[in-house]
Amino acid sequence: MKSLICIKASICAATTSKNLDTLTQVRRIWKPTIFLLCLLPALLVVTDAFELTGRLGANPVEEIQDRFGIWALRFIMITLAVTPLRRVTGWNWLARFRRMFGLFTFFYVLMHFLTWLILDQGALLSAILEDIVERPFITIGFIALLLLAALAATSTNGMRRRLGRRWQTLHNAVYVIAILGVWHYWWQVKQDIREPLTYAAILAVLLGARVSWSLAKKRKRRHASQQVLRQ
Amino acid sequence: MLIKKPAAIRPSEITSEKNYLNRRNFIRAGALLGGSILAPSAMSAVVPDKRGAKLAGIRKSRFSTDETPNSFEDITTYNNYYEFGTGKSDPYKNAQDFDPLPWTVKVEGHAEKTGTFDFADFIKPFDLEERIYRMRCVEAWSMVIPWVGISLAEVIKHFRPTSKAKYVAFETLNDRKRMPGIRRGSLDWPYREGLTIAEATNPLPILAVGLYGQVLPNQNGAPIRLVVPWKYGFKGIKGIVRMRFTEVRPETSWNMAQAREYGFYANVNPNVDHPRWSQARERRIGAGLFASKQPTLMFNGYGDEVAHLYKGLDLRRNY
Repeated sequence: MKSLICIKASICAATTSKNLDTLTQVRRIWKPTIFLLCLLPALLVVTDAFELTGRLGANPVEEIQDRFGIWALRFIMITLAVTPLRRVTGWNWLARFRRMFGLFTFFYVLMHFLTWLILDQGALLSAILEDIVERPFITIGFIALLLLAALAATSTNGMRRRLGRRWQTLHNAVYVIAILGVWHYWWQVKQDIREPLTYAAILAVLLGARVSWSLAKKRKRRHASQQVLRQ
Repeated sequence: MLIKKPAAIRPSEITSEKNYLNRRNFIRAGALLGGSILAPSAMSAVVPDKRGAKLAGIRKSRFSTDETPNSFEDITTYNNYYEFGTGKSDPYKNAQDFDPLPWTVKVEGHAEKTGTFDFADFIKPFDLEERIYRMRCVEAWSMVIPWVGISLAEVIKHFRPTSKAKYVAFETLNDRKRMPGIRRGSLDWPYREGLTIAEATNPLPILAVGLYGQVLPNQNGAPIRLVVPWKYGFKGIKGIVRMRFTEVRPETSWNMAQAREYGFYANVNPNVDHPRWSQARERRIGAGLFASKQPTLMFNGYGDEVAHLYKGLDLRRNY
C-alpha cells in the first residue's frame, strides 16, 4: 500500500517537472492514437461481419464471442504489464495509459458478455439464468464481469478521491479478475489447453514479478530496521 | 455473415430422383452396349482419384432429410479433425496438401472375411447412396450434410462377423508426417471409435466417401469416414484405416480423454447435458448472425429408426 502511494507520488513529481510539451503530446497525439488502436479489434469484428476486411466464418456468433473474449484477456494482461514494464524500463509515461487499458478490458468483457447474452442465448432468460447458475465456467466469467464493472465505475479521478485508501483495496481485485478470466477460458476449452496455458503463464509472470518485488522490499525494510536497531 | 451467400449447390440443382433413375437406366443401357470394356457397372461404388471429382451412379435414399443442406463452404471450412489441428478452420487449412490415396483398410477380428483391402476394392461391392443427414456436434452446433457413402450395415454383412463379434471398432490413420495435428498432441492417437454390432447394422450409419456429389474433401475425412446421424459428431471417425470386430467394448478416443464428459454411446440427447454446457438447444450453422438456437431433438430426430436399440438402457448413465 505505502509503496504504491510512494510510486504514485514519484510519477506525479516526475511528470510535473517535465516540460508541458510532452504532456500535451501525450494528451493530444498518443492517447487518441492508442485509443483507436485499442478499438481496432472491435472495428474488425464489424467490418468482417460485412465481409469488407475478412470473414467471420461458418459460425459467426462463436467467432465474435471468441474474439471479444480473447481481446479481453489480452487487455487485462496489457493492463497488468504496465507496472512491471515501467519498473524494468523506467518509462513512467506508461502509467498514463493504464486506466485506458483497464477500461478497454471492461469494454471487451462486456462485448463478450453481450454477444453471449443476445446473439448466443437469444436473450432467452431461462437459459441465461440456468447457464450462470449451473455452468461453473460461466459463473466464474460472470463474477469477473461484475467485479470489472465495479472497477470501471470507480475508475474516475473523482471516485478515486472519494474512496481514498479503500480505492486501492478495491482495485486490487484486478488480480482476482485476471485469474478468473484465465480460469474461465481454461475451463471451457474442449481438449487443447495450449492457449489458456499461454495466458496462465503470462499471468504467472506478471503476478510473480509483483510478489517477488514486494518480498524484496519487505526484506530490505527488515534489514534497514535491524540496522537502525543496531545503531 | 450478414450478407448471406447462396449455398454452393442450390437445392434446385440437385437432380430429382426421377432423373436419377432415368440416368441409371441410361448408364445400364450403355454398359450393356459397351460390355465390360466400358466404365465399371453402375452398381459398384467407384471414387475417382481426383480431388473434387464428381461421383457417378449415386442412388437417392429414403433416409434423407428434406431440410436445406448447409453450403459446401460451411461443411468444408468448419470441421473438427484434430489430426489436422484443433481450430475449426485448421483442417481446411492444413489438409490441403494431404493426398489420401493410395489407401488401405484393414479388416480384422471376429469375422469370416478379414484382410487388408485397397480403398477401391473395399468400397467396390457396395452401392453409392446420397444420405442428407443432420449432424449434431457435441459442442451444440449442427449442420445438414448431403453425404455420399455406402451402407455400413452392408459392409458389416459383407465381412460376415461371427457370433463373437459384439462391437465394431474403427481407427483413423496415425501419420505424424502427413498430419500436423498429430505432432502437436492433444489426443491419444490413433483416433478410435466404435459401435455395437446392433448399431452398426442399423440401416442409418454409412461410410461416407463423398459429399455434395463429389469426392470427400480431405478435411471431412477422405477417403472414407463414418457417419452415424443420431450420435454426436465425434463418433463419426474420419480417415478410417482399420475396422475390427471385437467381443469387448473398444476404447474410444473422447471417452479416453474425458470419460466424465464423453461416453461410449454419445447419442444426441437434449435431456442429458454435457457437464459444462447444455445440450437442450443447438446453433444451426449458416442460419445467420441473429438466428436463435433451435431445440435439439432426441436421437437428433432419428428416434423412429434407432430408439429400439436402447430399450431398457439408462441413457442418463450411458451417455
